[in-house]
Amino acid sequence: MVFLFAALAVLPYLLSYSQQEIAVLLVINVLLVSSYRLLTLTGEWSLGHVVIMGVGAYASALLAKRLGVPVPLSMLLGAGMAAATAAILSFPLFRMKGFYFLIGSFAAGEIIRLIWKRFTDPFGGPKGLKRIDPFPDIDAGFLSIDFYEPVNYYFLALIVVSASLFVLYRIERSRIGLTFHAIHWQDRLAESVGVDTFRYRTLAFVIASFFAGIAGGLYAHYVGAVNPTRFSVDQMVYVLVWAVVGGTATFYGPILGVIVLTVVNEIVLRALGLDTARPLIYGAILILSVLYLPNGLESLGPRLRARWQRWRGGSAAARREAT
Amino acid sequence: MSARDERPILEARGLTRRFGGLVAVNDFSFSVRAGAIHGLIGPNGAGKTTTFNVISGFYAPTAGQVFFRGLDVSGRKTSALAAMGLVRTFQGSTLFQEFSVLDNVRVGRHLGARAGFFSRLLGADRRSEEKADAQAQDTLAFFGLEDLADEPVSNLPHGHQRMLGLAVALAAEPEVLLLDEPFTGMNPEETGRMMTLVQRIRDRGVTVMLVEHDMRAVMNLCDVITVMNFGALLVEGPPEVVRNDPAVIEAYLGSATADGAGDAA
Repeated sequence: MVFLFAALAVLPYLLSYSQQEIAVLLVINVLLVSSYRLLTLTGEWSLGHVVIMGVGAYASALLAKRLGVPVPLSMLLGAGMAAATAAILSFPLFRMKGFYFLIGSFAAGEIIRLIWKRFTDPFGGPKGLKRIDPFPDIDAGFLSIDFYEPVNYYFLALIVVSASLFVLYRIERSRIGLTFHAIHWQDRLAESVGVDTFRYRTLAFVIASFFAGIAGGLYAHYVGAVNPTRFSVDQMVYVLVWAVVGGTATFYGPILGVIVLTVVNEIVLRALGLDTARPLIYGAILILSVLYLPNGLESLGPRLRARWQRWRGGSAAARREAT
Repeated sequence: MSARDERPILEARGLTRRFGGLVAVNDFSFSVRAGAIHGLIGPNGAGKTTTFNVISGFYAPTAGQVFFRGLDVSGRKTSALAAMGLVRTFQGSTLFQEFSVLDNVRVGRHLGARAGFFSRLLGADRRSEEKADAQAQDTLAFFGLEDLADEPVSNLPHGHQRMLGLAVALAAEPEVLLLDEPFTGMNPEETGRMMTLVQRIRDRGVTVMLVEHDMRAVMNLCDVITVMNFGALLVEGPPEVVRNDPAVIEAYLGSATADGAGDAA
């Protein structure tokens, strides 16, 4: 754990300026995909999670631009807005399960995106919002931090995301997490011993959306611009690929997925000059991982360990035979 | 078997449930005395499971009412009914297969382990959780499953899985327990053990209503038996009466001759 944080603290200084910018977005995406996993614990997969992130981004941006709400507070309120949106959407969406929920969440997301496009005031239409207030600089005489610098914003995002991940982890380890899993595996049995499955599904959706909203706020005040295309279903597919390739059985699976695929994308593909072929490569990676690693990257560790032990056991037996 | 309360603890009046043109339950009434073991039997397709699903809130009745402890609870959510003390089990081994044995019963303790969202987050629910865990252990001990607490459910033999299903329901501290075919697929020895358990559950003060096909078990276990056929009440009474009732025999075996059918109608 200490090593992990030390590595994360040193990391930006080893990167170029453009890689630092990517690192900021990566940290934000870690929160996006981890919050998504909390919803998948109840067994429901949404196609609207990136739009919910957008709700947080738009709300925080508008609160800061139009109403002059100070930026850290606007992010929190934006996340609250994302959570409230999820709470309202729960009523139609959780009348459905499985595939129907998936499609319903997609439709709900598209409606929100159409609202952003259609109502130029206040959402800025298809062009979206620009010149969003940046995160305010800290200037306390001895200490001055300019958050326009990617390194500084990286650390800000890292702190916010770490705190959020800690909360998500605590939720999963508590009885609430147990109940989410129970609903996933046998919702009728859970209901019969008194679990209000609708309420708990809503709770998972609201919590996941709150943290997606935090990710949206971090994004909006870093990039300085949001538009409806940024939160389209294409982007949602990337979140799905991260989650599926990483695996969702463990807390770290999706995080592994987003990190590995970002590294593949930004370093390997860019070096090969193939970064415009990202959807193609992602598609191939998805298919390969479903075929050869159906439980995700998270299952790689245990599998390799088992193979190593078998190999060692095998070679030890061979040595015994030789002597 | 003494009736502690003459008022029925669970009652259905004119219960009807339609699925499109099919009338699965048709103007069906019965009442369950507190402290009884009450059987609900009938030929296949008689509407027993649908009746269970309506009583336990999975379906709303098309017409008629369900009364629990004298309150009209028709159409209430299953979880709300469980909170009032009406808990059901399911056919077969419906369990949280991916959980350990103890975690299954811990979910069953859901209602007894209340805590706010932030106290869960901060771990301030530890005392209520420790209590819930201890109670879950007690429930496992009641069924003799305490040594298997940490086993994954999928490792358990079938008979143990069925007992665990009962344990999960009992952990919710029901006043009335609805058992959906508790003896199906069991050998005589397992059935005997399960019957003893059902009696012991009743002796703890839980009223039991069960749907079952195993006639011997039903006749030996139940104080009162309700027989339904074609979604409606056929006969209700103690086992010795039901066993010898010509209408019941006919419903199960069919009439001896075409004339017999005419006479019965």
